[in-house]
Amino acid sequence: MTMPHTLLDKIWAAHEVVPESADAPAVLYIDLHLVHEVTSPQAFTELKRRGLTVRRPDRSLATMDHSTPTLPAPGPGLPLPIVNDQAASQIAALADHCREFGIRLADMDSPDRGIVHVMGPEQGATHPGMTIVCGDSHTSTHGAFGALAFGIGTSEVGHVLATQCLLQRKPRSMAIQVDGELPPGVFAKDLILAIIATVGVGGGTGHAFEYRGEAVHRLTMEERMTICNMSIEGGARAGMVAPDETTFAYVEGRALAPTGSDWERALDRWRSLASDEGAAFDKTVHLDAADLRPMVTWGTNPAAATGIDGRTPSDTGDDAEARALEYMGLSAGQPMAGQRIDVAFIGSCTNSRMSDLRRAAEVLRGRRVADHVRMLVVPGSQRVKAQAEAEGLDEVFTLAGAEWRESGCSMCIAMNGDSVDRGEYAVSTSNRNFEGRQGQGARTFLASPATVAASAVAGCLADPRDYLRGDEFTTAPAPEGAAA
Amino acid sequence: MNEPITLIRSRAVHLAQPNIDTDQIIPARFLTTSTRDGLGEHAFADWRVQQPNCPLDAPEAAECGIILAGHNFGCGSSREHAAWALGGIGVKAVLSTRIADIFTSNALKNGIVPATITEAAYDALSAEAWPEVEVDVEACEVRHRGRTLCEFPIEPFARRCLLEGVDQLGFLLGQEEAIAAYETART
Repeated sequence: MTMPHTLLDKIWAAHEVVPESADAPAVLYIDLHLVHEVTSPQAFTELKRRGLTVRRPDRSLATMDHSTPTLPAPGPGLPLPIVNDQAASQIAALADHCREFGIRLADMDSPDRGIVHVMGPEQGATHPGMTIVCGDSHTSTHGAFGALAFGIGTSEVGHVLATQCLLQRKPRSMAIQVDGELPPGVFAKDLILAIIATVGVGGGTGHAFEYRGEAVHRLTMEERMTICNMSIEGGARAGMVAPDETTFAYVEGRALAPTGSDWERALDRWRSLASDEGAAFDKTVHLDAADLRPMVTWGTNPAAATGIDGRTPSDTGDDAEARALEYMGLSAGQPMAGQRIDVAFIGSCTNSRMSDLRRAAEVLRGRRVADHVRMLVVPGSQRVKAQAEAEGLDEVFTLAGAEWRESGCSMCIAMNGDSVDRGEYAVSTSNRNFEGRQGQGARTFLASPATVAASAVAGCLADPRDYLRGDEFTTAPAPEGAAA
Repeated sequence: MNEPITLIRSRAVHLAQPNIDTDQIIPARFLTTSTRDGLGEHAFADWRVQQPNCPLDAPEAAECGIILAGHNFGCGSSREHAAWALGGIGVKAVLSTRIADIFTSNALKNGIVPATITEAAYDALSAEAWPEVEVDVEACEVRHRGRTLCEFPIEPFARRCLLEGVDQLGFLLGQEEAIAAYETART
């Protein structure tokens, strides 16, 4: 009888080129290296300085997303509205480096381009059992497929380019067990915000999360990506879900997915990845999905969250909480619902996929964004954009008064021309409410696409359950000003 | 070969706030650069505009090579620019009761020692303005006023890299035979 192993154990063991010892970390093989324009230029420079080459360009995939504009060129033959010359040269440098080293690139004009953590899975590049890295902390997204995926710094980007390997210690494991079923109007984003509020913003440090339980396995792949995406906001470099039939159905038939007999062999391998019965985790956290409500953050880190029907903390004498409330311009003990907003943002690697846009459109159809609110809807990839347009969602958004953009990181990181002004309140589907994250002095409320859309209509933070239209919401009030 | 680092002795600037994320250390709008240089100029850029009594603006801060930070320093984005920005203002070590994983990895690759210290050590150091601190990489100790406050954990290989100036990429390149064998065995 062999010892039961976790998903993490199995992937780790399969990628040890040299096992770790007391003196040295493991040499860990990397199956897929995702590359984008912001964290790679210094790595390529170092490679060239040392006269090295890219060891496995076939295991690298590049795109442009962080510093790219989401507005199109203002006219035929005119340049893209890139935020400044430095950003333009960074974008040009990635194209040059990819050409020089033979790395496949979804360039600015490619229909495959998109946010790296949206376009990778969409292309079928992300497979169960892989090790995946990228110079981006939200690489944890790919763990949704049962891969070990984590963010790295630029020096390590250089290590992977040159050797296809990293020096790594195996993280400890933390099971996030979510039993039951999410109630109507409560979505994957609400679940992960609740998990982070439970674990704490640094509680996962040194660990990889494995999300487990009935509520997790009921989620679609897009929802699992939303959950795994924000693992880093709980301090865990990686978060993963054991692959199952939902995973295989998503991957099958995509451009970079295995085919024919390779597909059958891959399936056999992938079916053996799930953590064995009785496998031990270093730590376990339990949540019951049935207890959850739509969530919204009130503070300046993603763990500072409460229910939409909740309040900011009352006067606790905690300096950090007081400082966060001061930055946010909120008072202690105030209700979240009804708080005025200025900006609504649907987008980012957390929530910019088709199901996110469909959910926002369900709320916005036949309604208007409040007059004082500016709303941006930014698809996660050019393919998501095309599909949304084929379904007429762009029209729903623009008729409601929202702006419909090209794909990119946009207002999540505010280094590309899209940002929130000083002192303004934004309700966002993105992943970070840090001070200044969406623009200098910007104030962010993180929430689900449904909550963001409902709040855009209300002009203030609003409970999405009053705006959704599925059978489970038959008691919802009629939309104000809706066309018959 | 990097510059070996065995002992850091310096005054520490105290940034008491918990959860100082890498967006605070270097805001994203400065990430359009294609080099590692010049980021020190923008370290904590927004704090220095918004906080009237930011400790980093005090004259004493100029001679501080150590940051004593609130719990969970360096969380958030994987941007190595955070380590480059700190290096740019002369930071050689960061002391906190928790330091985020990716920041730790980035700091070590840039000759910055991330030392996770005990709460008692944090309390002792934060009780004094601009404390003079010794971070001993050889002994894995933090000392203050001739007294050892605590030991700090450091991954043994990372410690060796600091002490001997080992170039990690060079080390990995030396594994080529094993990497090639691994690839052959898998296909």
